[in-house]
Amino acid sequence: MKKKTKKELLLQGNEAIVEGALRAGCRFFAGYPITPATEISELLSVRLPQVDGTFIQMEDEIASMGAIIGASLAGAKSMTATSGPGFSLMQENLGYAVIAEVPCVIVDAMRGGPSTGLPTFPSQSDVMQARWGTHGDHPIIVLCPSTVRECYDITIRAFNMAEKFRTPVIILVDEVVAHMREKISIDEDEDIEIFNRVKPTVPPEWYIPYEDTPRGVPAMANFGDGYRYHVTGLTHDIRGFPTSRPDEIDPFIRRLFRKISQHFAELHMGEFFETDDAEITIIAYGCVARSAKRAARDARERGLKVGALKLNTIWPFMRTPVEKVLQTSKIIIVPEMNMGQISREVKRVNKTDAKVFTINKVDGTIITPEEILRKIKEVR
Amino acid sequence: MAEVTKLIHKYLRHDKKFPHVWCPGCGIGIMLGSLIRAIDECGYNKDEIVLVSGIGCTGRMPVYVDFNTLHTTHGRALTFATGIKLANPALKVIVVMGDGDAVAIGGNHFIHAARRNVDISTVILNNSVYGMTGGQYSPTTPYGMKTTTSPYSNVEQSFNISELAVAAGAVFVARGTVYHAKMLDGLMEMTFKKKGFSVIEVIGHCHTQYGKLNRMGSAVEMMKWQKEHAVTVEKATQMKDDELKDKFRIGVLVDKELPVFHEEYEKIRRWAKEAK
Repeated sequence: MKKKTKKELLLQGNEAIVEGALRAGCRFFAGYPITPATEISELLSVRLPQVDGTFIQMEDEIASMGAIIGASLAGAKSMTATSGPGFSLMQENLGYAVIAEVPCVIVDAMRGGPSTGLPTFPSQSDVMQARWGTHGDHPIIVLCPSTVRECYDITIRAFNMAEKFRTPVIILVDEVVAHMREKISIDEDEDIEIFNRVKPTVPPEWYIPYEDTPRGVPAMANFGDGYRYHVTGLTHDIRGFPTSRPDEIDPFIRRLFRKISQHFAELHMGEFFETDDAEITIIAYGCVARSAKRAARDARERGLKVGALKLNTIWPFMRTPVEKVLQTSKIIIVPEMNMGQISREVKRVNKTDAKVFTINKVDGTIITPEEILRKIKEVR
Repeated sequence: MAEVTKLIHKYLRHDKKFPHVWCPGCGIGIMLGSLIRAIDECGYNKDEIVLVSGIGCTGRMPVYVDFNTLHTTHGRALTFATGIKLANPALKVIVVMGDGDAVAIGGNHFIHAARRNVDISTVILNNSVYGMTGGQYSPTTPYGMKTTTSPYSNVEQSFNISELAVAAGAVFVARGTVYHAKMLDGLMEMTFKKKGFSVIEVIGHCHTQYGKLNRMGSAVEMMKWQKEHAVTVEKATQMKDDELKDKFRIGVLVDKELPVFHEEYEKIRRWAKEAK
């Protein structure tokens, strides 16, 4: 008899992130306790050793980030999870992973801030920290789930993108989605694409570790594979050696951007909900996207042409999908649990006559469908 | 060419790295020579070595040698090294740091890596100063000394790196100097062969910054200072406290056995599978 591989599970967002990580092939996790991300650590301390992976609790978030970079260089798909304050501590080494092009996944379960802020009330205030938290010019990939199922799928996608583009990928999950429980079905036999880093096929003496390629992503040898090369956080030439030559620095930094920017279409994930004929479109992400869809549905029942655009990719900003709704809608509403970190982006790309309104909630409570409906009535 | 030079050349990268960044007379080169001779003596394959460093003069060492090399962020070398060792325990992981790197910005990682007993060999070049940034005081700058950020005098007490390592639980701790190069070779080899978190503190000198500000003379004179102030562990046992007052001990300070992290973790994997 065929083993039943499909499971119906009642999972928390954080638990679904763990399931997704394991499915994607995560075999190393380093973390430091912090609410509301701790369940990810706790569950992986149970699950990783069962699959010959490694869980370690480090002395702080700086160390956690360093450890996952090291593990990735040695060949393990690796992850850490934290919340705003810990994410701030990770920023220096996050930049290291960007410049040295080391695949890894960082989960930030957002709570209110700044500083110790609001443990543990929901917020979406790390959107810009995820974009610009680490110093220096750099591209970054940031994904944001709004359901438990998306926590699972997006975590798999995050690992795939990290491996494919040789870059850290950040999963921004708000406290609501991290702690909320929903039924999801997981099928172990489901045909899910799992991407592993491209390794060099040339002999070691031919290997050029930071050589440009059509995709902009060099092949990556793991430490111990026989390709002895140098990895540094200094600006480096194609061989990985430090350089201060302008003619080597410029193409290197531009390649880092190009490897992300020439693949926007592949990186952008979201959902158009009843936007085709919408006069009013709500642009939202995370738990607020749920309220946005509900508000659109309720508004339609009252005869208003309202749609919603859900952003599952936060960075690089989903300019093309946003421009599409800006062209078809007269009014855009951007509700978010911060003072306007994404609405500013929407306004930046708006070259139409559409008016952009915001709902900004920073009191530690979620934005409800009723609040969005009220705004619709107010501005239409 | 001398045999010893041929041996060194066998391990250096020949393309595009030289000249190196270190000042003429610096002791880091002697330490690098010692590290190479010890690796050769241990018989490691180049492919199995990962040489990890942080930031600073010593942090620049890995780029010159033909291993898997990793130049990390300031103070964090041990965290990267921990990830490497646990992801692939077959690799021989060696970390090189300076005093500021290891026990100022990286102090927390240092004590915790020692406590955890991760199988990493740690080499710390202690020259009592931040050299690369121009000679500021570090946690190992002795009381009363001048640096570019203690222009009147350093009023802080200093760390004793080896004693810190012992207190934090390192299973092997040794101290040598760049003057006692032959002895350093042997200590380095023992450090690499020891399973668990092993530490070797190498007393070096920074004659261009620290030495100059404190009128300690040339590199040669500073190495003479090492010769005159170092006492072997064996000899120190026969000396009185007041004789040892301005001296420091060289040799093996601690050599003990404790369970190694990645081997302990194998137990966790077994228990986890049984509980599944």
